Amino acid sequence: MTTAVAPLDVARLREEFPLLGTTAHGRPLVYLDSAATSQKPRSVIRRITRFYERENANIHRGVYALSADATAEYDRVRARVARFLGATPEEIVFTRGTTESINLVAQSWGRGFLRAGDEIVVTAMEHHSNLVPWQLVAEQTGAVLRIAPVTDAGELDLDGFAALLTARTRLVAAVHLSNALGTINPIRRITELAHAAGAVMLVDGAQSAPHLAVDVAALGCDFFACSGHKLFGPTGIGVLYGRRELLERMPPWQGGGDMIASVEYQRSTWAPVPQKFEAGTPHIAGVVGLGAALDFVESIGLDAVAAHEHELLGYATERVAEVPGLRVVGTAPMKAAVLSFVMEGAHPHDVGTILDREGVAVRAGHHCCQPLLRRLGLPATARASFAAYNTRDEVDALVAGLLQVRKVFGG
Amino acid sequence: MTGLSELYQSVILDHNRAPRNYRAMEHPTGSAEGYNPLCGDQVRVFVRVEDAVVRDVSFQGNGCAISRASASLMTAAVKGKPVAEAERLFAGFHALLTGGPATDAELGKLAVLGGVREFPTRVKCATIAWHALRRAMSNENETNKE
Repeated sequence: MTTAVAPLDVARLREEFPLLGTTAHGRPLVYLDSAATSQKPRSVIRRITRFYERENANIHRGVYALSADATAEYDRVRARVARFLGATPEEIVFTRGTTESINLVAQSWGRGFLRAGDEIVVTAMEHHSNLVPWQLVAEQTGAVLRIAPVTDAGELDLDGFAALLTARTRLVAAVHLSNALGTINPIRRITELAHAAGAVMLVDGAQSAPHLAVDVAALGCDFFACSGHKLFGPTGIGVLYGRRELLERMPPWQGGGDMIASVEYQRSTWAPVPQKFEAGTPHIAGVVGLGAALDFVESIGLDAVAAHEHELLGYATERVAEVPGLRVVGTAPMKAAVLSFVMEGAHPHDVGTILDREGVAVRAGHHCCQPLLRRLGLPATARASFAAYNTRDEVDALVAGLLQVRKVFGG
Repeated sequence: MTGLSELYQSVILDHNRAPRNYRAMEHPTGSAEGYNPLCGDQVRVFVRVEDAVVRDVSFQGNGCAISRASASLMTAAVKGKPVAEAERLFAGFHALLTGGPATDAELGKLAVLGGVREFPTRVKCATIAWHALRRAMSNENETNKE
């Protein structure tokens, strides 16, 4: 981090998160699983409560003030999200989350435009949510799925990736920040290569949106998917950014209310984008909560968050080296927020159980990246992941817990 | 440390480090895989059943200490026993882990896994090999998604 940003007041920040003040097994909770979902600040919780207590109505329906106000708030948050990602409001589709955003592109763009023999390229480090939707659409259309290799350190092999791009490549889908390893992929470069091959570029931003300042225009990508719940917002709300001309050419994905212009018994016409992709009553309170979450994020500043997490990851990487027999998995130079590791003689599940009893919450398993872990020759890892509210003391608690694991399993 | 020392008893740690009957079997009468898609734990159990008696049993796989130790203890417990007795042991063992009504099965060393009861997220680790064993004994060669 070369840019000078004011350091976070983490102690004050933590007070905004009621759950961080709770205990686990009689010890202060040390929450190191923000890559799975972030905790929620009071402002988000209060905003959702206030919506249900004072503002709840369906949108785009009523002539009465309550509905008009709910609609206005829903649209305001859409514009808010657009500003957050560097897009225009027409390019922001609300979904249930990253997974649904990617499925939307796979089923609408993919089924609409992929033909037998066309190729989809994804990286070997994708989350199942950026792999399985492409398997499904490949099966439906006869398209072929190609997997770009990763190195043992968990970096994308850029030459290997470039070698897969041909005139048949129609779409490239890549994760921005790997949830299993923390690797930050060079999305701008990947996008340039994809575009040079004439392919459309989709970015899985589930992990990057909470940790890196994202500007889709600067990245150059055609689609960007992210989730509210990893961004201090509620579960069940996500975002798909799609370049406007692509969204306009794409057929609807789901049919129903709100996505139509006019309906007859045998045929219908569609609402303009983005409503064309939002059939049925959406998660209005989720959208409202997401708006509050973005206000929260911008009030602390993603640059300050990134600097804090970078420092914390460096400290954690240094400290866990003191634990005998521990090996960090994912050692890319460009890395953020995630510390995945294995311990000799102690399975990640046992590590997770012992840490849990020490009050430390980490994830153990394949992190929804089974093919990646198989590629790295591992059945599972333990993963500590960090957010703006984590502290050096919590890293120390993690290390104390890991030494406890060592004690139980010897070595 | 509530329950941890009971969970990771020395018998369990020993069976994890040096699992008994940890090998593939040349000519099993049945084999089955237990797989937990949530965590990726995987175990394959092999049996040779003759005259309704488990003449030989072995396993291989990847998993946590609880699943390895449980598989190892299981093979030691059922080897040489009638299939019906193995089934009774499973029922008793399952009851021990889930707090179900006690059975009259003589659990012997299997009882050391009783501490798992305090860790509901780990019960599946302790039973994955048993489910595979039951399939292998009934000669259903299919993956058991437990």
